[in-house]
Amino acid sequence: MNPAPALLAALALATALATGGRLLAWQTERAQDAGSVFDLLLGESRRAFAVHAFLKADAYYHSGFYPSVFDLAQQADNSKTHLQESIKSAGAEHHDHDHDAKPAKARDWLEAFGSHFFPSQHRHLEKFGDEREILPWLRLAAELDPHRIETYTVAAFWLRDRLNKVNDAEQFLREGLRANPQSYEILYELGRLYAENNRDVPRARAVLELAVERWLKQEAPKADPDKLGYGQILAQLADLEERAGNLDRALAHFARLKQVSPAPETVQKRIDELLARQGRPR
Amino acid sequence: MNTIWALAKIVVLEMVRRKDFYVLFILTVLLTGTAGSVNLFNDNSIVRYLKEICLLLIWAASLVIAITCTARQIPAEREQRTIFPLLAKPVTRAQFLLGKFLGCWVATGMALLVFYVFFGIVSASREQHWPVLNYLQAGLLHWLMLAIVIALTLLGSIVFAAPSSNGTICFVCTAGILLLGRHLNKVALGLTEPLQSLLYGVYFAIPHLELFDVRDLITHNWDLIPWGMMVLATLYAAAYTAFFLTAAWLIFRRRPLN
Repeated sequence: MNPAPALLAALALATALATGGRLLAWQTERAQDAGSVFDLLLGESRRAFAVHAFLKADAYYHSGFYPSVFDLAQQADNSKTHLQESIKSAGAEHHDHDHDAKPAKARDWLEAFGSHFFPSQHRHLEKFGDEREILPWLRLAAELDPHRIETYTVAAFWLRDRLNKVNDAEQFLREGLRANPQSYEILYELGRLYAENNRDVPRARAVLELAVERWLKQEAPKADPDKLGYGQILAQLADLEERAGNLDRALAHFARLKQVSPAPETVQKRIDELLARQGRPR
Repeated sequence: MNTIWALAKIVVLEMVRRKDFYVLFILTVLLTGTAGSVNLFNDNSIVRYLKEICLLLIWAASLVIAITCTARQIPAEREQRTIFPLLAKPVTRAQFLLGKFLGCWVATGMALLVFYVFFGIVSASREQHWPVLNYLQAGLLHWLMLAIVIALTLLGSIVFAAPSSNGTICFVCTAGILLLGRHLNKVALGLTEPLQSLLYGVYFAIPHLELFDVRDLITHNWDLIPWGMMVLATLYAAAYTAFFLTAAWLIFRRRPLN
């Protein structure tokens, strides 16, 4: 009897067991972030899918009228989604007129013909009161990549500001904070929620001051810090103190805001108003 | 016409007996049901993601049914040697091909009808309205697209030896066209000559199956497609279907049966 096949099979089995064991040990060592089904199924690629889910939410916001990767490649600036722009401007300055209302000119007859069979005109969900439709994709993006901070801030903005679901927004932000305990952006959104929706001044103050602390720790040492984020936190804090009647604190926050604001003269105007209210010289 | 219809009826009956459709339909129901049962910020009126998932499943299922069923028609007749007595009767090869095409197309149409009724129920359960005409347009365009795919697969089943290779090639071509067909002209414009003209030629030559994919219009509640455009789309689909069927007949009429 030729022993070669049996030996070969034994060698293959031994190799499989040895490498399998090594792989298992390696997997256990690096499984810090594991736990969800997505981790198990997709591994690190889930982050790419999270980006896709976030863009999908943006596409939904535009009722399916959205540039493809081929269109995006031809555009100069495609770094920010409209959902992000909306939250930066508190949803007030991003409207249909920011876009071309009419579809782009067709390159050929086939493209012109095809434009009747897919969304080819710009329209926002807000117009129809259907903002909630973006939420499943934001939820999915958060599940896929819990460390993607803008997913939480954007979803929370829409939940509390447009859908009046303040409790859900708070819950989602807290979920985000558990995954990203150092995030000043999430703390800022949480502070806004307490200040604007819950009118809970002490809580809002505590959270926003913590956001300032985190910003100073993370961003201040950087060569190009996120001044816009810092300015937003300070402006929120200053407003909060002003409304609470703590004008001295408000003035202190405005003074810090003036240093980072792109429009220091506007901030100075607010400072002057507050000083006038206090009856102090400017 | 009677001969073609008699052949088609056999194909439809065979597809009714097979389990492909039932399995895919149950899978679609289960997956849609699972997606619908997810709690999203305590809001039960969120529906568009569910419509999108359901339509995606319907599209995938319909392509699987159309391609796999069509791909095995002629090879199975050859393998079981039933093609010999069939063509020994006064049935021409053109009638045989047309019968097979019509049978597959009608059977997939019946499957589509069941799928779209299910989609309508899912959508109406959350949206509280039923835009029947929009669904009719979407279903009709979907069915027209399947006519092209079935004709292409029938041509493939004559050119390629095995149904598996034909099925795979047809799946790749269909998916490729659905995903990239619309963008080939943009890619071509970024290329240098002669590649630009070559790719633009491919862009105009391929059947643009993505034109019939109006899932985004349905998901986001867009208005009806102008009926004039629907007529043009029907003519477009008919032209490509006729082209593939004619090509299949031209090859099949001279091909030995064994």
